[in-house]
Amino acid sequence: MWKGGSVIIKNIILVGVGGQGILLAARIVAAAAVRAGFDVTTNEIHGMAQRGGSVTAQIRYGEEVYSPLILEGTADVLGALEAVEALRYASSLRPGALAVVSRQAIIPVTVSSGQAKYPEDIGDRLQVTFQRLKYLDCTGLAEEKFGNGRVANLILLGALSNGLDLPGEAWHGAIGECVKPCFVELNRNAFEYGRTL
Amino acid sequence: MKELLSGNEAIARGAWEAGVKVAAGYPGTPSTEILENLVRFKPDVYCEWAPNEKVALEVAAGAALTGVRTLVTMKHVGLNVAADPLMTLSYIGIVGGMVVVVADDPGMHSSQTEQDTRQYARLAKVPVIEPGRAREAIPFVKHAFEISEKYRCPVILRSTTGVSHSRALAETGPRMVSGAAEFKANPPQFVPIPLWGRKLRVKVEERIAAQAEEAAASPLNRVLQGDGSGTFGIISSGLTALHCRDLFPEADILKLGWSWPFPDALLNTFAAGHRRIAVIEEADPILEEHVKSLGISCDGKNVVPRTGELTPLRLAEVRSKLLGVPFQPPAPPPEDLPGRPPILCAGCPHRGIFYALSRFDVIVTGDIGCYSLGVFPPLSRTDVILCMGGGFSMSQGMVKAGEKRPVVGIVGDSTFFHSGITGLLDIVYNRGNSTLVVVDNRTTAMTGHQDHPGTGMTLMGEPTASASIEKIAAACGMKRIRVVDPYKLDEVMEAFREELAVAEPSLIISRAPCLLKERRPVGAVLKIDTDRCRNCKACLKLGCPAIESAGGEKPSISHQLCAGCGLCGQVCRFGAIGE
Repeated sequence: MWKGGSVIIKNIILVGVGGQGILLAARIVAAAAVRAGFDVTTNEIHGMAQRGGSVTAQIRYGEEVYSPLILEGTADVLGALEAVEALRYASSLRPGALAVVSRQAIIPVTVSSGQAKYPEDIGDRLQVTFQRLKYLDCTGLAEEKFGNGRVANLILLGALSNGLDLPGEAWHGAIGECVKPCFVELNRNAFEYGRTL
Repeated sequence: MKELLSGNEAIARGAWEAGVKVAAGYPGTPSTEILENLVRFKPDVYCEWAPNEKVALEVAAGAALTGVRTLVTMKHVGLNVAADPLMTLSYIGIVGGMVVVVADDPGMHSSQTEQDTRQYARLAKVPVIEPGRAREAIPFVKHAFEISEKYRCPVILRSTTGVSHSRALAETGPRMVSGAAEFKANPPQFVPIPLWGRKLRVKVEERIAAQAEEAAASPLNRVLQGDGSGTFGIISSGLTALHCRDLFPEADILKLGWSWPFPDALLNTFAAGHRRIAVIEEADPILEEHVKSLGISCDGKNVVPRTGELTPLRLAEVRSKLLGVPFQPPAPPPEDLPGRPPILCAGCPHRGIFYALSRFDVIVTGDIGCYSLGVFPPLSRTDVILCMGGGFSMSQGMVKAGEKRPVVGIVGDSTFFHSGITGLLDIVYNRGNSTLVVVDNRTTAMTGHQDHPGTGMTLMGEPTASASIEKIAAACGMKRIRVVDPYKLDEVMEAFREELAVAEPSLIISRAPCLLKERRPVGAVLKIDTDRCRNCKACLKLGCPAIESAGGEKPSISHQLCAGCGLCGQVCRFGAIGE
């Protein structure tokens, strides 16, 4: 928890690769915090995200929030849809904070063209790096339970919501607000499933 | 009503609420979404994408002279293009309020320079207003229009990436009533021939003095009280001031929302009330140098970085230096993590051009757009990038200097209309010998698919004339013009072989729509037959994100990413790639 003035602020960071649904997840967190009556800021870095780059989104909420950016070492939760990206942003978290990481590996071109290697021992490294880690196969579970890999982000969000203090109805309202009507039920179910993990 | 808005959405909202009638701009990150949001208020507001920023500013100037309120939007480097009309408009002035929104990019997230637009405000002698977040943007835009009309001059509203792309809760309101357009002639005011221009010049200086006085009492400039003893004062502006509020809870922060002309009286009073002053500003030490010129001693760039975005982390380090408190930098990310640089998308039509060029010994002068990604390995086929339109013009200089290798100049379609035409005209007129390429993907892709004069559609959503690149080139006198399908490597290779060999300029138009815009694949998803594959890695030289290979294993094609463009099948010598 980072103290802005004398007010306690909650800091959430979501990371992944362009196209995985990080920005939708960030919008849902922000909308849920607004519904819970907090002042909210968000920041997205996605300059060239559709072209295979890293995507990060930060959400801060509290009584009054000034800066939209999270100081390294103060994030309360980290949600990562890609394992290498979780390692890249590990220093965002305060000691003892919750990290929810999806097992999905997206191989960058730097690896395919032989300039770099994708870490083979990624699972072990995540265990060493994060004190409180939930390492889930969000994409696999989304395909298995809901027949749709795209709701991996909502499963991640459900698991991550356990590290925050927002009420369930705020989350459900936020999903209704941010998702196309025909996908609301699917997304709410995926979110609720994530909460049980 | 309160809404969670991005800075860009709030600027658009503020412009609509202020009664803006005409808005123009050219896309550029991080400014693009302003007009995209403002056009949702049509028909209240007429919005257009101009071919470039200079035209946009001139369009808005014309509208403002009829008495209506106008908005212009661009990124910081766009103001370089629009600087000419801005300088003179500052003299002749406007009638209806005019706000020029310029979005700077500290940290260079998606820009080639980190220039500080506040320097332009001083050069053009126009006020600069700096909101720190969406919540401020709506009232600040309205205030900027009031200042503009009161002093009859354009006003720069400076945003930054952090302001434009962050969201905050903002209070929204109704639209103000605005009057009808009516131009009233006044040649001594609007025609800056030297006789009249000299008089206007004097008035500009008088205006600046009056503005400095008003700024000192403006609600746009306010003190955020700290919880300390009030001995330490920070002078800052924009988003940086908000970061400072979090990081320096003991300090009083003078947050300047109207930062030029400098509010001297306010700066003096604030400094007098604090034992110690620090000026914490992103980019250039503009405020700091002025504060020192007032005889106020302060910390500034002696502890604050001159380059890059001032993030909370960097400000924590500044805090440590200023107050002598310990600073523990976070562990850097492990060095062995594979990087994820932006790359041409799977199925991108530009890939065929850059791959083909990698087979020739040529120099490539590139330009600003998705195709600047052609510089990255394994394509590595761009040698220099200067600015919008420079891809054509620079090639002429290399040829005329006597460079021995052939020179290929590349621009995109939107860039061609922006400022590529004049470079092509120069090459034809001055008997050049460049091979020019327009990578025409039928949209302004890098900034998120905006229309341009070649797409046949306006920002207002109306069908319109579609300018022809080949007819423009022909009208300029270009004799050798050919259109190629970038998904047919043989055709592209042949075009380059022939055009590089001739002793006159030529134009190759690579025409295929941007896949991200089309949202449908080029062809069927391809697979690699592992029995036939000899692991020669020829397909990996395309730099396609759909072709994955980890740890030296035979490559495979991701069925999720593959767009079926077929280039890999064309470069495979063993017939291993097919449906």
